[in-house]
Amino acid sequence: MSKKVKKQSTFIDMTAMSDVTVLLLTFFMLTSTFIQKEPVQVNPPQSVSEIKIPETNIMSILVEKDGKVFMSLDKQTDRWSVLEKMGEFYSVEFTSEELKKFSLAPNFGVPIHGMKQFLGLPSEEQDKIIMDYGIPSDSTNNELKNWVKFSREANAELIIAIKADGTTPYPVIRDIMNTLQDLRENRYNLITSLRDMPAILND
Amino acid sequence: MAEIQEKDSGEQKKGKQKKFNIHVDFTPMVDMNMLLITFFMLCTTMSKPQTMEISMPRKDIVSEQDQNKVKESKAITILLGKNSKVYYYFGLPDYDHPESVTETDFSADGIRKVLLGRNEEVVRKILELKKKKENLEISDEQYQTEASEVRSDKNSPVVMIKATEFSQYKDLIDALDEMQICNIGRYAISDITPGDLRVLQDLTHEGYTSDLKEVIEYREQSQ
Repeated sequence: MSKKVKKQSTFIDMTAMSDVTVLLLTFFMLTSTFIQKEPVQVNPPQSVSEIKIPETNIMSILVEKDGKVFMSLDKQTDRWSVLEKMGEFYSVEFTSEELKKFSLAPNFGVPIHGMKQFLGLPSEEQDKIIMDYGIPSDSTNNELKNWVKFSREANAELIIAIKADGTTPYPVIRDIMNTLQDLRENRYNLITSLRDMPAILND
Repeated sequence: MAEIQEKDSGEQKKGKQKKFNIHVDFTPMVDMNMLLITFFMLCTTMSKPQTMEISMPRKDIVSEQDQNKVKESKAITILLGKNSKVYYYFGLPDYDHPESVTETDFSADGIRKVLLGRNEEVVRKILELKKKKENLEISDEQYQTEASEVRSDKNSPVVMIKATEFSQYKDLIDALDEMQICNIGRYAISDITPGDLRVLQDLTHEGYTSDLKEVIEYREQSQ
């Protein structure tokens, strides 16, 4: 008897465990939306609004607290055609290779005349220097206006979302809102983070 | 499970190969899966960011006349000042008496109390509707439509939000937030007028206007 007990193997069958993990893995892979890499860190202010932003067809305008503006489009085809149109408008010619490179990264934010040079850099370098630029959005050189205009032309269903840092001075936001108003883009979203609705006591 | 047992089929020529188990050890597989799960869990955003929908008036349509149509008795103007301070006045501004503009802030006892006081009727109706919804007397959809009707009632107050150059984006969002909390359906963001700045300057002497040097200094400081 004692011999038999000794012989019993300690093999644990991991098949069931593996089944579970694979299931979980599939779940996470299917439900996950990756955290988008943004050129600058932005802390949106809090609000009680509970509306969720849709997942697709977003044109987001990222505003850093110093007033630098970046944009992102979530569709590769949109980015491609936007740069093409921008190139035509500002008479900068982009090769198809440059267009492809541009369309691969969701975020962009360099002046159009520096774009060609910027696209020539390897992507690690790009991430480093993009935060020093930003799309010019002042009244003398309002490239942002054209980016938004051509984005709208590329995809009519785009929803505009402004994601700005809480400490951004109001004039910067006002300029962007005015730019959008000039383009007759009157409905847009302001991205915020959630805070609890305060109870309203009715005495 | 992860093993295949070959039963001997009766032939007993080669005794050594007669019976053998194929164990597949799944432990490394599980290890790898766990790693991948951890990776995916850390890299995902489960909660989508919230958003606030606003619609601005079209620039070409809005004229001075339209803006002045608001009944004087129903109008509240909120001015966003420096350091997240809020100023408000009812009706038309009285430029000669800066005391008519009151200073407050975004706390529960600040601007919210004022707005709730002005919007009492709507808030009461909304609360009634909420109760009805909780008692399942009306559906969620009905609640939404009726609530928006109540909010856009002709007699509800109209709030003008005017931000000065010295306010931050956060103040604007806070102000818009108060509109939602206080159930104010009619509000607009509009440009600040020189008169408003003048009143603010007279009230606070914090360099809102006129003294250009002061304004520039303040801006440089905050940068």
